[in-house]
Parts: sequence; C-alpha cells; structure tokens
Amino acid sequence: MVISIASGKGGTGKTTVACGLASVTNNCVYIDCDVEEPNGHILLKPKITLEESSYKIIPKINNDLCNFCNKCTEVCEFNALLNFKTEIYLIDELCHSCGACTYFCPQKAITEVKKENGKIRIGETSNNILFYDAYLKVGEASAAPLIKKVKNAYKGDRPVIIDSPPGTSCSMLEAVKDSDFCVLVTESTPFGFNDLKLAINVLRQINIPYGIVINKYDENFSLLDEYIHDNQLNLLLRIPFRMDIAESYSKGELPTETVKDYKVMMLDLLEKIKKEIVKKEYA
Amino acid sequence: MLIAVTSSGDSLDSLVNEKFGRCQYFIIVNADTMKYEVVPNPAENAQGGAGPKAAEVLVNKGVNVLLTGHVGDKAEEALKKGHIHIITGLNENTKIADAIKFYLSKK
Ligand code: SF4
Ligand code: SF4
Repeated sequence: MVISIASGKGGTGKTTVACGLASVTNNCVYIDCDVEEPNGHILLKPKITLEESSYKIIPKINNDLCNFCNKCTEVCEFNALLNFKTEIYLIDELCHSCGACTYFCPQKAITEVKKENGKIRIGETSNNILFYDAYLKVGEASAAPLIKKVKNAYKGDRPVIIDSPPGTSCSMLEAVKDSDFCVLVTESTPFGFNDLKLAINVLRQINIPYGIVINKYDENFSLLDEYIHDNQLNLLLRIPFRMDIAESYSKGELPTETVKDYKVMMLDLLEKIKKEIVKKEYA
Repeated sequence: MLIAVTSSGDSLDSLVNEKFGRCQYFIIVNADTMKYEVVPNPAENAQGGAGPKAAEVLVNKGVNVLLTGHVGDKAEEALKKGHIHIITGLNENTKIADAIKFYLSKK
C-alpha cells in the first residue's frame, strides 16, 4: 500500500498530515520527497542511521577534440551548455542528464561523469517508522531524479507514506505516480482552493484515486465546500483551525502525540483511505 | 569598451528591462565611438536557462560591461566566466541612453 500526500501549494500543513498519518499506520515507511525543503524529520525526529551521496550524470567536454560545431548547445533543451568559442561551458545545475549532447556530438568529444547532486538519509523513529528523506543541492534545477531515487530506496512491502513536494510540477508528479491513493491537503482560502483544482487535474490525468483533506477549516469559506459537493469529490477530513493543533506543530511536535482528538482524526483518515484502496482493487 | 544594457525596445530611447535573461533586446554601445548595436535576446522565451543563454550571446559579442536590473545565480556564473563586469540595480523607468550616460559619468 502506497499513500501519497500532496498539496497544490506550500504551507497547507501537508507535512503535518503526512507525519500524522505515518504515526498511526502500523509498521510503515515514511518517505519525504520534498527534496528541496524536507521537514518531515522535524516532526518525526528519526534517528538517522545512514547517509549517502546521490549523483547525477553530467557531460564532460574535451576541448582538444571539440571543434565548436555547436551541436551540443543546440540539442540541450535546458540551455545547460554554452559555447564561448574557445570553450564549451557547462552550467551543471541546469543539466537534466538527458544524454543528448553526448549522443549527438560528431567529434566524440563528450564523456559522461558523475557529479554529486544531493544526499539521501535513512533512519528510524522511536515508534518504528522507517524514515527516508533526501536533500537536493541548492541551485540544482532538476529534483525529479533524486525524488525517484529516494522513493526507490525502499524495496520492501511495508505500507509506504509519501510526502510529496508542494505544487503541481514534474517533482510532484514523480512523487505521487504509482501510489495507490493520493491525499490532497488544502485549506479554506482562495489560494488553497485554486491550487487544489490544479492538483486534482494532475491526478485525474495520471489516473490516481484521491481524496481531500481540508486543513485549517473555515466554514465561512463556502466556495470550497460547494465545489467539493457539486463535483462529488471525496472529502476525507476537515481539520478545524485550532490553537492547540497550530501550537503543537509550530513547536515541532506531532499533534497526534499532543492533541488528543488529532490522533482520532488521523486513524479515521487512515481507515477511509484503506477502504478506498480496497474498493479500487475490487473494481 | 562595449557596454550592454537590457532593453525592452530597439533604440537608445527605449526603456530598460530589469530582467537580464528575459529582456527583449540588448543594446550594445561602444563607449569609444558611441555607436550601438541592437541584439534581440534569443533566450527571451526560453523554457529554462534563459540567463546563461543570454550571457553566452554577450560573451561572444565581446561585451565588457553589463548594465541591468538583476541577474540570477547561473547567469552570473556564465557572465563571470566570460569576464563581463556586472552592474545591477537599473530601474525600468530609465532610458537606455541615460543608463549609459550615468554609467560613463560614474566610471
Ligand atoms: S557537439 Fe561536440 S564538437 Fe560540437 S561543440 Fe559540442 S562538444 Fe564540441
Ligand atoms: S545531458 Fe542533456 S541536459 Fe545535460 S548538458 Fe547534455 S543535453 Fe543538456
């Protein structure tokens, strides 16, 4: 069972929900795919047992063999290669490791080399959650390969909770694809509402069943409720905007441990998700 | 000495465009003769890496000084690699001609 937690925009409380869900899921694995700003560790407080570098492949140009024909700079869709006439210069953070430059170089002047683009960490929490996260180096343009790596780092069959990066970019797509179910966390604001619609669109296109959690729920913002009702969307949970919950996570504490009914909410959420997954399997 | 200014139009009367990688034109002025060349920015609508691509153009034109609003990290890396002196902080209400005059008077 793979459950991903995503959100059309940052700051909706997605990580709190993901960590809360992980803390009530027996024997689970939590994978933080928000590699540009991983903060699941703040709430889950894992003991890190392994940390290793992650690499990407970049081209290395041999300027002695190169005749500055410009082929490589033309085929690079990401403008990572610059032709300075006496040197082909690589802005390595922009390179997406597509290999096109090496393939098309008529002079065979390009070889491929490894370059560190981040690191992956593995740990365990005091309540037996197996924990993974990853850090993309600052400036790196492409997060998707590292997300894929940290996702694939776990190969067992324990339940997996994936904390997706916010937004609806290819990073989010990489994180949520091949999950059995995706939880979209939103909030009762016009921005939250707008970005929720974008996220729903993405999930529909890749055909992943999803449900909605409204965080910091405000009944005065009726647009969101109406939209969910009119489109018969699956509303899983409304988390009220309450001081005790806000205080808990602002102190870096998991509300499932400090706020009594939050744990009940998460257990209820988990049950609903499980039912949805079973429904899908029999459909 | 060649001075490039990021411009929203194709003449010395045009206004500055503050965005280095996404400007419409570069106006490149020869400070010795005050002749100028208008170079469209090929990276204006690039998906990504617009700044470095724009830098490549200026480096190959032999530009010495760039006057603009602001420059991203990767563009800065490429400009420095090409030994272009970067001056940021230009405002989009400034005419190209005035930006050049101002730079030459301060130099
Ligand atoms: S394609 Fe090969 S030969 Fe041509 S400019 Fe690039 S590295 Fe040089
Ligand atoms: S590998 Fe692909 S992205 Fe990287 S420099 Fe070559 S063409 Fe560009």
